[in-house]
Amino acid sequence: MAFDLDVVRKEFPILSRQIDGSPLVYLDSGNTSQKPRRVIDAMTDFLENSYAPINRSSYRLAGEATEAFEAGRRAVARLVNASSPDEIIFTKNATESMNLIARSWGGANLGEGDVVLLTHMEHHANIVPWQMLRDERGIEIRWVPLTADGQLDLTDLDQLLDGAKVFSFTAMSNVLGTIPPVAKLCAAAHDAGALAVVDACQYVPHNATDVQAWGADLVAFSSHKMCGPSGIGMLWGRLELLDAMPPFLGGGNMIDTVTLDGYTTAPVPAKFEAGTPPIVEAVGLRAAVEFLEDLGMADIRRHEMDLTRYALDTLNGRFGDEITIYGPDDVEVRGGVLSFAFRDLHPHDVSQILDERNVCVRAGHHCAKPLMQVLGVQSTTRASFYLYNGTDDVDALADALAGATDIFGF
Amino acid sequence: MPGLEDLYREIILDHYRTPRNRGELESPPAIETRGHNPLCGDEITLYLLVDGEGDDAIVSDVKIGGQGCSISQSSASMMTQAVIGKPVSQAYALIRRFKTMMGIEGYDEQPGDADVAMGDLEALQGVVKFPVRIKCAVLGWNTLAEALDRAGV
Repeated sequence: MAFDLDVVRKEFPILSRQIDGSPLVYLDSGNTSQKPRRVIDAMTDFLENSYAPINRSSYRLAGEATEAFEAGRRAVARLVNASSPDEIIFTKNATESMNLIARSWGGANLGEGDVVLLTHMEHHANIVPWQMLRDERGIEIRWVPLTADGQLDLTDLDQLLDGAKVFSFTAMSNVLGTIPPVAKLCAAAHDAGALAVVDACQYVPHNATDVQAWGADLVAFSSHKMCGPSGIGMLWGRLELLDAMPPFLGGGNMIDTVTLDGYTTAPVPAKFEAGTPPIVEAVGLRAAVEFLEDLGMADIRRHEMDLTRYALDTLNGRFGDEITIYGPDDVEVRGGVLSFAFRDLHPHDVSQILDERNVCVRAGHHCAKPLMQVLGVQSTTRASFYLYNGTDDVDALADALAGATDIFGF
Repeated sequence: MPGLEDLYREIILDHYRTPRNRGELESPPAIETRGHNPLCGDEITLYLLVDGEGDDAIVSDVKIGGQGCSISQSSASMMTQAVIGKPVSQAYALIRRFKTMMGIEGYDEQPGDADVAMGDLEALQGVVKFPVRIKCAVLGWNTLAEALDRAGV
């Protein structure tokens, strides 16, 4: 299926919804994406016809449900080029995946004085779990700073990595859209003897991803940002690394055996999947992956690069000095995320005025308060694109912004 | 859908453009409290001076610092005008009255609260129609309540 915006949009039922007689302009996909019909149908069909426990019961229906669940795992493995489906761990969300990494790997390998290197453009999910470890056991956190245009300043990377045990960084900033050189950063981490952890939440939905080509050790990402349902996140890890890591949560499914004296763990991925997993969600996720594969990740990325270029040019062209768009101008190294300051208006007020025209954006700190401090702002307004957005959405955003002055008279 | 004119009333925009009682007070003697909205990152710093004890205690001065949206800033600005010079007991009554106007569930309105004059604050009534903005409107009030509690008169 060639990438055709009109065809793509028809796949998303919610995009035909009107509020107060005008269409929805959904520019908050960096937050969470909308769902195509086939994802909704796959989950409904599974619930109506095939739902049963997985990995537990021996009747045919349970076998069918287990197979549908595991097909979701295989689809995700294919999408990110994992060497085996066993390398895909299902979690609740990417935040849980990051906590799993910090608790399991960090818990077994990090002690007082050990260094974890992060960057100034991380989401709270890649900050707080490490800060919790710091507070508990005195690890040291270092930070890679940013350049003026919102890219990683790698000038002192070697010094920052010197003695580090972990380098954990985002593959695409949820605020700036910045896409750092992931493979190069993984190699630098390994040269320094550090584990390479990648928060790929914003990256995987929008780009062809190859975790092996990256040379990463552990990668976290989520379903709900890539057309799949919420409630299921993913962790990919190299099999031998996952094998060596202690379990995260204890309970059913993650054990090999339990006695009055203790337990032994199941092999991965079950070792990290305690309790009943998100079964229906895995089925929906598989449909989402197949949808993205049908469209082609390269074509999705091309579409979003064109759209991001159009948005940068349109907003800067129409508003000049009245708008400050953060992050790099080069769409080769930025995704479709535009955080901006507009005139002297507070982002809350901007989003309120945009909502009057059904333009949905996020106003706030985007779960990246340290980055807000670095940018010298309290919050920003953020428009974020996905495969169903077009230039008409950008024009609607620009028109709505132009109307903001009328109300505030600044 | 309620229109933006219900939210952005002229008096609100006036307080936003020209906030009253902005600044700092030396602390101590002033009581300094901070409030923030974890959803959007808005922060407010409130300085409170109280004169007198017990039933005679008066809110003698309030100053507001920090950053926020038009609703949080104008609400705090109007609040300072409404409470400065008033007995502490009336300031508490005004807080209860305001929160009641915002429809905050489980709020315990006491007899006599309705007699407290709301004045310009009535302009914020429209915020109720925009539920996500109620937190903005009450940010300054919660911060004032905390300061009054700390004053403990």
